[in-house]
Order: sequence, then structure tokens, then C-alpha cells
Amino acid sequence: MVAANILIYVDHENGQPKRTALEAATKARELTDSGGGKVAAVVLGPGAPAAAESLGRYGVDDVYVDENPAFEQYLTLPHIDAVAQAVEQSGAQIILFPDTPDGRDIASRLAARLDSGLVSAVVDLVPGDGSIEARETIFGGAYTTSVAVRDSRAAIFLIRPNAFKPTESPKQAAVHELSTTLGDRAMRARRGEKTQEEGAPTPLEEASIIVSGGRGLGGPEPFALLEDLARELGGVVGASRAAVDAGWIAYSHQVGQTGRTVKPQLYVAVGISGAVQHRAGMQTAETIVAINRDADATIFSLADLGVVGDLFKIVPALTDEVRRRKGA
Amino acid sequence: MNIVVCMKQVPDTTAKKELGPDFLLNRGDLEAVINPFDEYALEEGLRLKESQDGEVIVVTMGPASAEDTMRKALAMGADRGVLITDPALRGTDWLGTCKVLAAAITQLNPDLTLTGMESTDARSGLVPGGLSELLDVPLLTYAASVHVGEGTVTISRQITGGFQQVEAPLPSVVSVVKGANEPRYPSLKGIMAAKRKEIRKLGLSDLGLSPEGLGLAGTRTPVTAAAPRPEKSGGQVIKPESPEEAARQIADYLAANKFI
Repeated sequence: MVAANILIYVDHENGQPKRTALEAATKARELTDSGGGKVAAVVLGPGAPAAAESLGRYGVDDVYVDENPAFEQYLTLPHIDAVAQAVEQSGAQIILFPDTPDGRDIASRLAARLDSGLVSAVVDLVPGDGSIEARETIFGGAYTTSVAVRDSRAAIFLIRPNAFKPTESPKQAAVHELSTTLGDRAMRARRGEKTQEEGAPTPLEEASIIVSGGRGLGGPEPFALLEDLARELGGVVGASRAAVDAGWIAYSHQVGQTGRTVKPQLYVAVGISGAVQHRAGMQTAETIVAINRDADATIFSLADLGVVGDLFKIVPALTDEVRRRKGA
Repeated sequence: MNIVVCMKQVPDTTAKKELGPDFLLNRGDLEAVINPFDEYALEEGLRLKESQDGEVIVVTMGPASAEDTMRKALAMGADRGVLITDPALRGTDWLGTCKVLAAAITQLNPDLTLTGMESTDARSGLVPGGLSELLDVPLLTYAASVHVGEGTVTISRQITGGFQQVEAPLPSVVSVVKGANEPRYPSLKGIMAAKRKEIRKLGLSDLGLSPEGLGLAGTRTPVTAAAPRPEKSGGQVIKPESPEEAARQIADYLAANKFI
């Protein structure tokens, strides 16, 4: 058994922790319950203390907060100073970040500052020979490797969204103020004007359900059919490189080798043949459903359920069917 | 305005990547290309140079053969290249790579360092962050556009469902997203000119670095085991009579797995 104090970096919106934080808390609680140690969390920016209640519910013992608005006004640097401070105050040997764009920025700079080992794309953490080892997926899920961290002030892990299932394990989380002093050097990258779609869409990497379209859609308009289905299922829309390169949908939707790597609970591949390029981004999805009119499409070898047929008819019929059952 | 563009040589993206016995990517037989994400950084650098004057220097850490891919960057318009190559670097992890690149970039002292958003082989997107920390400069990531003003750089940062402006003083490290621009193809003239451009090869000692903490032996994150993904089994393929029947069967499956 391996005892370790674990610190979780919490992504949140006005004190409402993101699912990634609850997933990390669940795993951290499990590791400390069996091996010993405490689970701490660091929450930065306006509304931070409000996160303590739900974090406690998922097993966090100590919550370190700093409500300084600088965390919203400036990129990355203030966060490094604060997390480094939280590492000091909590005595953490392990730090967990979500493997998302902001998570990667903060974790990588912190690792360089602490001269510490960092493992990304982590899908599991297991007690190893005297320390916690990571399971990392590489080459788009073609391999899973076991990685140890040595010669480091702390072991830093970027956890892939949807790697763990949040499970409650109630604690009374104690709230601590962080004593971070942010100097001018922390406020060098100033955030300005934001233009964003309405209703803050879920990032592709964090979505638990993705409905993705490829070359078979034949143009931009049929993506509206996928959007309808995704909405009914509570998911988001993805795309293959072929569809993005054709200009049918924005690059931010691309799943694959040169797009995002995703690990949703459900991946619905529509009109996607299953080229290596695409598989590399989605083959670690829990459940894969594929709809394609070509019975020989390679995507079917990955699918838990493959459906041969006309997507233009099946997708709207499925949207209606899902809507009907939800209403029932 | 002097710009460094960090570039990595990677296997062609359609190649099947396999691990060797030491858990390193078996690069031997794979066709090598410029990391496709880095081409967007290079294009952005070339455009800035064309509008502001100055020099674009490509910096790569990799095997001696990376000279070939670097030559392509020179043909696209980069002015010169620095290739850090040393047998002791084989197996160096991302943080070690950052230390080596930072040592080379410190010597070049650029106003701006551009990188791709990640490499297509490691896909971790950690180098821009590590590099910026070691250079002690601001980090602006996922730039969909880059504008340089009087001593400052402003990017339009790609965020979920939109963009946010971020501004920092120079020097800075900026990572550029795919699709930020349309990377140019080398012209015939460019290809001819590239043959005469300088590629400086540096070893660790040229950078004043010792091999300690670098290479496979120096990694802080050793791989202890690797397992290829098992083939999927138990999947079924159905060919329903009608779209309605297909919809019913898919919905049954989704319901059985608690998705609806």
C-alpha cells in the first residue's frame, strides 16, 4: 500500500466544480482510503469557497481557496503560483489536473517549475512499487503503458476526462485560505474580450456523449441532423477530418489524430468509414455505435453496435424514437 | 522582429505506430514529416516576418536525419535552422526536451517563440508550457491568430465554442492551433534557396548542457510496461429492414446501456 497526500486542481464555474474534478476526487479518495493520506483540492477565482460542499461530498478533506479575480483576468501564471502554494500548504506528493487545454498549460508550467515528472492522458492510477503508477493511453489508444514517476518534488498527472465515474464518499471538507501573493510577473498574460457561442457548450474532450459525422454526410447541412440527435441524447457533435477538411464543420469539432482525442461513454459514428486517423481519436470510447451504408466499413470492427443503412433516414428516425421514449 | 519556430520531426500521421522493446516509438521504418501542427506555427511566423521584417529560425531537437524535414521548412521560407542532435538525447522526455530547446532559444534570444499546439506522435501539448516556464516568459496557447504590436503580442485564443483575446509583453511563447492559417507549399525558388541556407547542428556540449536528466536513463517518468489494445470482440452488426426498425433497435441498445 502506498500512502500519499493528493491535491486536485479544480476546474469550476462560480464554485460549481466540473465533472473532471469530481472524477479525480473519486479516484483520489479510493487511493487514500486503501493506502493512507489525505485528499486536498485547490479552487481559484470568484466563487471558489462554494465548491467545498460538493467536493466534500466526493471525498475531499481540505479545500484551498483564493477568490482573487486575477485568476479570471490573467492566463496561467497566477494559477501556477497558487497551485505551488497549495502544494506547500497541503504537503501533497501527487497533483491531479484535468487533461484539458487549461489543465495542460498549468500542469506543464508547474512541472517545469517544480522540476517534476508529469504524465498526460492518464486513464487510471494504481499503487505500484512504493509509489502510485499511472496508466497512460498512447498513439490514440493503440497501447496502454504503465508509467512511474521518480526524482520529483511531486508526481503530476493529467487525467483524461471520463476516465473515472464520480462516486460520493461524504466528508466534511475544511476550507483554507491560500496565502498566495501575486506579483506583477504573475499578471503578464491579460485576458480580454471573449466571443463565445450561447450556453457554454461542453468541450469535446469532456463530453460523455458524442455524435460524430464524416464524409458520408456529403455536405454541411446534414450536420443539423446530428445536432438534433446529440441534443436529444445530451451530447455534443464531433466530426472526422474528411468533414472538417471539406469545410462542412469547424476544426474545433474534429476527432482524430490531428483533432481531439476523446474518451466518451457513448460515441455514435455516422457516415464515418473508420480510417486510422479517426480511430486514433475515439477508439477508447466506452461504447461505440456506428451507422454506415457500407457494410464493409472498417468502423464496424470497432463498433459495439453497427447499423448498415441510410444515415439520412436512420438519424432523424432515431432522434424521434429517443424523443418519444424520453417523453414516455 | 526575430522569431523562433520550434519544430518536431514525426512519423507520417497515417503510419501505424509501434513500440520497441525499450518502450520507445519505433521510428526506424516510418516516413518522417514535419509535425503537421508545427506547419501552422511556421506559416504564422513567416507571415509576421513578411509584415514586420526580421528573421525566422527553426529549431528542432531530433536525430541527424531531421535535417531533411528542416530543409523543407527552409524551402517554405524560414531563414535558417538549428538542429540539436546528440546520441545522448535518445528517449528524452518532454521536460528534458524543454530544457534542451530552452538552452538553444536562450542563445538565439528571439522576440517571439512559436510552437504547434502539440505533436501528432506524443499528442500531449506540454512543450509550450514547459518551455515558457524555463524561459520565464508569458505563455499564450491555442492561438487562432497572432498580432504583434509595440513590444506586445496579442492572440485570439481558441476556447470552447469561441475565442478570447489574450495579450502579453514580448518576449513570449505562443502556440498556434491547426487551421489558424493555410501553410504554404515550398516554391521551386524556395527549394533552390533552401539548399544554400544554414542548418547549424549543435550537440549538448555546444549548449553547455550535461546529459544528466536527459535521454532514456534520465527520464523522470519511466515506462515500466506496455500492452497493445486488445481487439474489440462481442460487437454486432445489424442490417435492419427499415429506418424505423433501425431506430428502434439502436434505441433499445441505448436504453439497455442506460444512455436513455
